[in-house]
Amino acid sequence: MLYGSRLRALSILTAVTLTTGFGLAFFYAPMDADQGFMQKIFYVHVPLAIVALCGFVFGGIMAIQHLRTGDSRYDLRSYVAIHLSLILGAGVLITGSIWAKASWGHWWVWDEPTLVSFLIVFLLYATYQPLRFSIEDPEKQARYASVFAIIAGAFVPLNFLAVRLAQSYTHPRVFATADGGLPAKMQLPFYICLIGMALLFATLWKYEMASKHTSAKLRSLRRKLGGDEAVAPRGRTASPSLGTGS
Amino acid sequence: MRRAVDALLRKELRLELRAPQAVPAMALFSVTTLVVFHFALQRGQVEGDLAAGVLWVTLLFAAMLGTSRLFVADHEEGGLDGFLLAPVDRTALLVAKAVAMFAFLAAVEIVAVPAFALLLLEPAPDAGTYAQLVLVLALADAGVAIIGTLVGALAVQTRARDLLVPLLALPLLIPVVIGAAKATTPLLLAAGAEAVPLRWLAILGLYDLVFGLLAYAVFDFLVED
Amino acid sequence: MDGPPPAIELDGLTRRYGERVALQDVSLAVPAGATLVVFGPNGAGKSTLLRVLATLLRPHGGTTRVLGHALPGEGWAVRGRIGLLGHAPLLYRDLSGRENLAFHARLHGVPLERAAELMERVGLTARADDKVHTYSRGMVQRLAVCRAVLHEPDVLLLDEPRANLDPAAGELVEPLIGAASGRTRIVTSHDPAGGLAEADLALGLRAGRAELFGLASQVDTTQIGALYR
Repeated sequence: MLYGSRLRALSILTAVTLTTGFGLAFFYAPMDADQGFMQKIFYVHVPLAIVALCGFVFGGIMAIQHLRTGDSRYDLRSYVAIHLSLILGAGVLITGSIWAKASWGHWWVWDEPTLVSFLIVFLLYATYQPLRFSIEDPEKQARYASVFAIIAGAFVPLNFLAVRLAQSYTHPRVFATADGGLPAKMQLPFYICLIGMALLFATLWKYEMASKHTSAKLRSLRRKLGGDEAVAPRGRTASPSLGTGS
Repeated sequence: MRRAVDALLRKELRLELRAPQAVPAMALFSVTTLVVFHFALQRGQVEGDLAAGVLWVTLLFAAMLGTSRLFVADHEEGGLDGFLLAPVDRTALLVAKAVAMFAFLAAVEIVAVPAFALLLLEPAPDAGTYAQLVLVLALADAGVAIIGTLVGALAVQTRARDLLVPLLALPLLIPVVIGAAKATTPLLLAAGAEAVPLRWLAILGLYDLVFGLLAYAVFDFLVED
Repeated sequence: MDGPPPAIELDGLTRRYGERVALQDVSLAVPAGATLVVFGPNGAGKSTLLRVLATLLRPHGGTTRVLGHALPGEGWAVRGRIGLLGHAPLLYRDLSGRENLAFHARLHGVPLERAAELMERVGLTARADDKVHTYSRGMVQRLAVCRAVLHEPDVLLLDEPRANLDPAAGELVEPLIGAASGRTRIVTSHDPAGGLAEADLALGLRAGRAELFGLASQVDTTQIGALYR
C-alpha cells in the first residue's frame, strides 16, 4: 500500500486549514472578557485534546484488527497512531497548563476534570514504548503491545467518567453561554481548528507510515538481492517490524 | 473449565503457603508504610479523607509488590507450558490468578486494616463500619486483582518487570482509587461513621465488570505463542 | 494410498523469530506408531519443531497436521493427546513430586491413582512427598517422564529424553517412552548410532532446513555427521 500518495496535497490542505483556523481565532473570534488574549489558546488546546484522544482510540481499534487478523501492518498503524497521539498529548498538557495559568493563576489545577483525566491517560500511554522495547521477540512485542492498546483504549472513556464524577465542577466558562453551547462567533474558528488538527494528525500519520514502509521494503529488497548477510540485524527496537514479507 | 481453575487455584495457594513470595512481603510492607506515613504526615491520627487516602495508597502499593510476583514462579519454572499443554480453556488461568490475587489481597488486609486502625485511627471503628469497609475492600480488590493479573501477565515477559508493573497498573487503577477513597471517607470520620454513598460502589462495580470482560477477551493473546 | 493417515504430516512448515527463520520449509510424514529421530547441531531448530508439534508455537507457514488435525486452528483437539518432554521439566520446585503430578492430573482429567502408579514404576514412590528441589537431576527427569505420559498420549515428543539418566533409570523409563510403548514418537538425539538404532525414520536439520529425511535403514552415520560441519 502506498502511503506516499497524495501526501503533498494533504500537507498543503492541512497547512491551509490550520492557518485559516488560527487566523480566524486571532482576528474574528471575540476576546474573552476575563481571560483576555490567552484564552485563545483554547483553539489549540481543545482540538489537540480531541484529536489525541481519537488517535488513542484509533490505535486501540487497529490493535483489535491486529489481534484478529495477525497482519503486522495493523500493528504498525496502531503504533504510529499511539505514538503521534502521545506527542499531541504532551502539547495538550502544555497548552492546558498555559491556559490554567492565564485563567486561574496556577500552572496546574485539579479542578479541571478533563485536564486531569488527560494527565492520567498520558501517563498510561507513556509506558507503551518502554513496554514494547522491553520485549525482544518482535512477534510477541507486537501482540502484547496490541493487548495493551486495547486495554488502554477501553480505559480512556472509563477514566474520564470516573474523574468527572470525582469532581464537582464541570469544564468551565468557555462553553458557558446562556444555553450552554459555544457562542456563535467562536464556533467557526473552533471547528476549523478542529478539522485542521485532525488533518495534521492524518498527515503526520501518513508521513510516518510511508517512511516505515519504505525502510521495511528497502530491507526486504536488500535481503533478496544480497542474502541475509547484506542486511544488518535490527537490534532491539520498540518499532514494529513488518516481517520478512514485502 | 472449572476443573482447570480448581487445579490451578490449588496449586497457586499451595505454592504461596509453601514458599511465600507475595503475602508476607505485602503485609510487612503495608505496616511499614503506615509507620512511614505517621512520620511523613507528622500526625498521630488521621480521619476522613486523609485517612481514606493513607489506607488506599498503602494497600495499592502493597498490591504492586504482589503483582510483580504473580507470574514469576511460572515463568521461571516453565510452568506456563505445563498448563498450555493441557486441553483446557486458557482463560482458566486468568480466573485462577485473579482469584488467587484477590485472596492474597484479602490476607494482607486482614493484617493491614487492623494495623491501620490501631496506629492511625481514633476512635476505633465499630463492627458496622468494618462491615461496610469490607464491602468496599471487596469491590476494590476485585478491580486490583483483574488489572494485576493482566499487567502481571504483560510484564512477566519483559526485562524490566518490576519497573513496568507499577507504571502500567497505577494509571489503570486510578478509577479504583477514586471510587475506593470516596467510598471509604465517610466511614472514617472522627465525628462518627456515615453511610457509604452508593454511587461509588456502583462505579467500582462497573469498573470491575468492564475490565473483567475485557480481560476475558484479551487474555488468550497473552499466553499463546 | 490406503491405510490410516499419518500421525504427523508437515508440508513446508515455516516458523520465524523476528527476521530470522527458525524452521524453513520442513516437510515430512510419520505413520502412527513409528519413531522419528531428529538430528542436527544446536540451533538447527529441533526444539522449535517439537514445540510447534506440541501446539506451544504457532506455525507461520505451510501446513501442519497432527493426528489428522490442522494446527494452529485445531490445536485444542490435539492437546490432550500429545506428551512433551522438553528441556524444562515443567515442575514446580517447591511442590512435592506427588503434588506436581496431582496438578497435571487434575488439568488433564486423569485419576490421581494413575500418578501414583507411574511414580511406582519409575521408582520415585519413596520420595514422592519430598519437594522437587531436593531431587537429583535424574529423579527430576524421571518425574518429568511421568508428567509427560500421565494422560496416555498418542504422540510423544521427546527432547533428549535420556539426558541425566543413568542406565538403571533409563531402563525404568524405557517402557513408558521407548519404542515398546507403541506410541508415535519424535525424539531428538545427538547420538548418530544410538539414534538410528531406535529409529524408523530419520530427519536431519541444519539452520532450520531439512537436509535429509528418510527411512532410518537407508541413512548412515556419516550423513548425520555431515550435518554438524
